[in-house]
Amino acid sequence: MNYLWAFIIGGLICRGGQILLSKTSMTPARILVLFVTAGVVLTALGLYEPLVKLGGAGAQVPLTGFGYALAKGAFKGVNESGLLGALSGGVKGTAAGIASAVIFGYLIALIFTPKTKK
Amino acid sequence: MDIKKHIEETNYQNYVKQSMPKSHLLKECVMAFIVGGLICVLGEALNDLGEMVFRLDEDGVNAFRSAVLIFLGALFTGIGIYDVLGRFAGAGSIVPITGFANSIVSPALEYKWEGYVLGVGAKLFTIAGPVLVYGISSSIIVGVIYYIIGVV
Repeated sequence: MNYLWAFIIGGLICRGGQILLSKTSMTPARILVLFVTAGVVLTALGLYEPLVKLGGAGAQVPLTGFGYALAKGAFKGVNESGLLGALSGGVKGTAAGIASAVIFGYLIALIFTPKTKK
Repeated sequence: MDIKKHIEETNYQNYVKQSMPKSHLLKECVMAFIVGGLICVLGEALNDLGEMVFRLDEDGVNAFRSAVLIFLGALFTGIGIYDVLGRFAGAGSIVPITGFANSIVSPALEYKWEGYVLGVGAKLFTIAGPVLVYGISSSIIVGVIYYIIGVV
């Protein structure tokens, strides 16, 4: 059942991105930025947490989930260490994701050669 | 009444046809839904694997899932499979975190010829840079507001 919800919630979020992609002239980069920011704002308003409870990875894996982790980290930081926690909490909560993006991205770019465009 | 209903329906169908862009929006949305959904199902499986097999706590599970998906997204971009997927999956391959990994590797590979510092090193952040700038900044703003509300 968890898997079905993950599929539905994740699919719906991606479909939302597709509508933006097809109906507007938004580039993928702008969509990613919009989704991360939307994830932060929705989490702050308390609207994203129920989605994660229901959809699990379906809400965590899309980039809105990255925003969710950032905002949740910031709140946790504030609870633990006050104002300074607002500064460190978000990155702390997403450190593994950011660091693995850097190292895996770098290694893969190092190992593989670009495909020649046909 | 039936005739009226029929006319209404035909009008509606014509209206839909007119306002439909030439790209097949419905088909694109279905593909994005299926591919995006399946990537999330993979994420859910990784959650279960981290929780039940590796006995990780909640933070550990999140870190594990993110790292594995980012690795897979980067690897499949390097091999050249991810871009093939992107051609028919659209946002289904862009919006999940694997698409974030793809957005890091693609420009880095493309500009490899510019060297390892300003080519690979800098271009890794062509799209990831803005995502981190807006994501981290908004999380700090939200955190500060939360702090102020707590104090007041």
